[in-house]
Amino acid sequence: MTDETAKDYDAEMHEPTHFFTKYIWSQDHKVIAVQYSITAMAIGLVALVLSWLMRLQLGFPGVFDFIDQEAYYQYVTMHGMIMVIYLLTAFFLGGFGNYLIPLMVGARDMVFPYLNMLSYWVYLLAVLVLVASFFVTGGPTGAGWTLYPPQSILPGTPGYDGGIILMLVSLIIFIVAFTMGGLNYVTTILQARARGMTLMRMPLSVWGIFVATFMGLLAFPALFVSGVMLLLDRVIGTSFFMPEIVSLGEPLAYGGGSPLLFQHLFWFFGHPEVYIVALPAFGIVSDLLSVHARKAIFGYRMMVWALLAIGVLSFIVWAHHMYVSGMDPAFGYFFAVTTLIIAVPTAIKVYNWTLTLWKADIHLTIPMMFAIAFILTFVFGGLTGLFLGNVVVDVPLSDTYFVVAHFHMVMGVAPILVVFGAIYHWYPKITGRMLHEGMGKVHFWVTFLGTYAIYFPMHYLGFVGVPRRYYDYEDIEFIPDSVADLNMAITIAALVVGAAQLMFIYNLVWSLIWGKKADSNPWKANSLEWQTPDTPPKHGNWGVEMPTVYRWAYDFSVPGAAEDYMPQNMPPQPFEAHRAAHPEEGPEEDKPGEDKPEEGGT
Amino acid sequence: MVLAIILVVLVIITVVFTFVSPWWFTPLASNWGTIDDALIITFVITGIVFVAVTLFMALAIFKFHHKPGRRATFEPENKKLEWWLTGLTTVGIIAMLAPGLVVWAQYINPPAEARAFEAVGQQWSWNFRLPGQDGELGQAATRFVSGDNPLGLDPQDPLGRDDIIIEGDDMHILLDQPVIVYLRSLDVLHDFYVPQFRAKMDLVPGMVTYFWFTPIRTGEFEILCAELCGVGHSQMRGIVIVEEAAAYQLWLADQLTFAEMMAEQEGDKND
Repeated sequence: MTDETAKDYDAEMHEPTHFFTKYIWSQDHKVIAVQYSITAMAIGLVALVLSWLMRLQLGFPGVFDFIDQEAYYQYVTMHGMIMVIYLLTAFFLGGFGNYLIPLMVGARDMVFPYLNMLSYWVYLLAVLVLVASFFVTGGPTGAGWTLYPPQSILPGTPGYDGGIILMLVSLIIFIVAFTMGGLNYVTTILQARARGMTLMRMPLSVWGIFVATFMGLLAFPALFVSGVMLLLDRVIGTSFFMPEIVSLGEPLAYGGGSPLLFQHLFWFFGHPEVYIVALPAFGIVSDLLSVHARKAIFGYRMMVWALLAIGVLSFIVWAHHMYVSGMDPAFGYFFAVTTLIIAVPTAIKVYNWTLTLWKADIHLTIPMMFAIAFILTFVFGGLTGLFLGNVVVDVPLSDTYFVVAHFHMVMGVAPILVVFGAIYHWYPKITGRMLHEGMGKVHFWVTFLGTYAIYFPMHYLGFVGVPRRYYDYEDIEFIPDSVADLNMAITIAALVVGAAQLMFIYNLVWSLIWGKKADSNPWKANSLEWQTPDTPPKHGNWGVEMPTVYRWAYDFSVPGAAEDYMPQNMPPQPFEAHRAAHPEEGPEEDKPGEDKPEEGGT
Repeated sequence: MVLAIILVVLVIITVVFTFVSPWWFTPLASNWGTIDDALIITFVITGIVFVAVTLFMALAIFKFHHKPGRRATFEPENKKLEWWLTGLTTVGIIAMLAPGLVVWAQYINPPAEARAFEAVGQQWSWNFRLPGQDGELGQAATRFVSGDNPLGLDPQDPLGRDDIIIEGDDMHILLDQPVIVYLRSLDVLHDFYVPQFRAKMDLVPGMVTYFWFTPIRTGEFEILCAELCGVGHSQMRGIVIVEEAAAYQLWLADQLTFAEMMAEQEGDKND
């Protein structure tokens, strides 16, 4: 490059030089991604400690004096809310979405960098408001993460005075942050793809994040309005969700509202939310499997259609959370059918993951082990979802530990295993160093086997009928004593699994300084983020010349190719031209991503 | 490699645990064995899928883990296989869903001979009401609730005057007699849950919900609340006693009607 073009390039990139604008008040998607991830991990640690505390109460009831009933319900509530919203949603979309979208589609940054920066700072504000609720009179809300009224805003529930107000305000702020980020992700994917990057050549990570973000933009408004309405009910005494009530002997001024309305609004958001967390995990795990198995993801097109089908269907299954809520029971037929239909595209994804392993060249790296552990955990959690979706089977199991075990498997452990796999996978690109492998292995085995030890037997507590959200099980006649033993074992497993996460965080910091130096493409992957001129990528990602895409991201082990991988920006090779000219020499390859390259962005 | 072995071991543990662990269904005491059956069908189908998928993965890892010189096969798609798997999955789904929906139809349509009683929840206790001689429950609403009228019966409704009120005491029901339980809450959400009956339903303030069952063995069963209702949630208990006709009639004769209760309270005030 000439000095002249280099100068133009530098001027155009506006690369910040001051520490403050480079690392704090940054508009660079990679920095924002790291900010999102660190914040999510920090608040996630709070959730981890809360889960320890609640498990201590369940495993050793009465031993820890400071855990009274109020505190217990507060731990349960805040743990759930933090994990679902402030950790998982923020991590997958704010963290991975931010880092991966521009790099994977071949853009210099998000299309609205300033908005992107604001999105993070507003998210941080939401987290701070949430944390503040721990310090107000009465403490944080203990209404359960579902915040069902009337209970959530009445005396008799911990944190009904200040905690619930801050909770709702924090959620509203979070949704503002999400909307700013989400519009950005969707627009970037639709408008800023590199030349040749057609939609059907995008890595599945981008597809998963894209569909999930789109769903978030449609689903979060339902939470937003229900949050505002509940806030009004609590603060100025409207009755959106409040019927006539005699609370602890006192008649209240409310009347005419419907508690069920809140549940419908909440789950209209809440069910898609499950997939808002799951779909990015689906996408990312597809890429991890393909790269580390050195094999094209099986059934790419089917995978894309399955993502879209799940995205659409997930908006018409919400009331399967409400089979015994008192809504008209005839709805049960409809929602049971839609819920079980969604199992079909989900099953297709599982088959395609496992078939990707067949006749592959499986490198059991740490990201790969996490990906395989994800499949097992997700299959378990997905299958137990069929119990709860199958309306009448839900009746004995609803509100028991079966539900707790199911949703932790499917949307707690499974996506988090993907988060870990993804961090081990992309850490070399983000930092230029590899994570320590020994610590990584310990982290993997303890997390995978430990979480299985926690949640697998927990399903059987549900078969017994042990109800969830109970402070203790003293003198409940039908519960055998052996349940207490099992609870103790689960608690011990939870403490160990939690400790392993602290070691993981230590590894993140340790490797940053002492980790082995990584080259720019340590896993020999195809997608564009591994083809950047610098590692870690610099501001603007691509240097002077933008990448051009010639192929999909899954050209692994292509017959005739010299290497077992072909980066997306590798121009067509002589052997490919030969094959195209002589179709009679081999079976015709109907490869996705070969159609209409002109539809791609520029 | 280790991973392949561990996956197989996990499958074995999972299957063995299911058969030998002490944690299984609490013995049934109602007609809803059909729910247990639907659950078992779902269990068997999903169990087979879990075992098959996990063992397939273990086998793939065992056969195709990296060795020097190995190269993966390039097979991006296999339309035929994909459609076969989709078809098989659909069959499995229908096999679970169909029996589930049949039993759901029974669950939401109480038989004509079902006798009613009402359970009223409030933080954190249960009260009950039975229709009197007229066989009908009178109107009730939260706004009528007072110290003298804890369940909020409409004092103007003649149908309610002979209703039997069971306040702060055990509920009794007749063996083998289908009952429809009407549920009402005075404050927040609750859920009427007797594990042995399998059936459950939320209580929602502002509306009346219902479910039904037929008790098939005598005994004393604990009612739990299964919908988080505040700090006292885990202490919200009640007792329902299933008994034969003779014992039931004896108990019933002892109970006060709404009218009698009002009269008694009038008397107390006059004293």
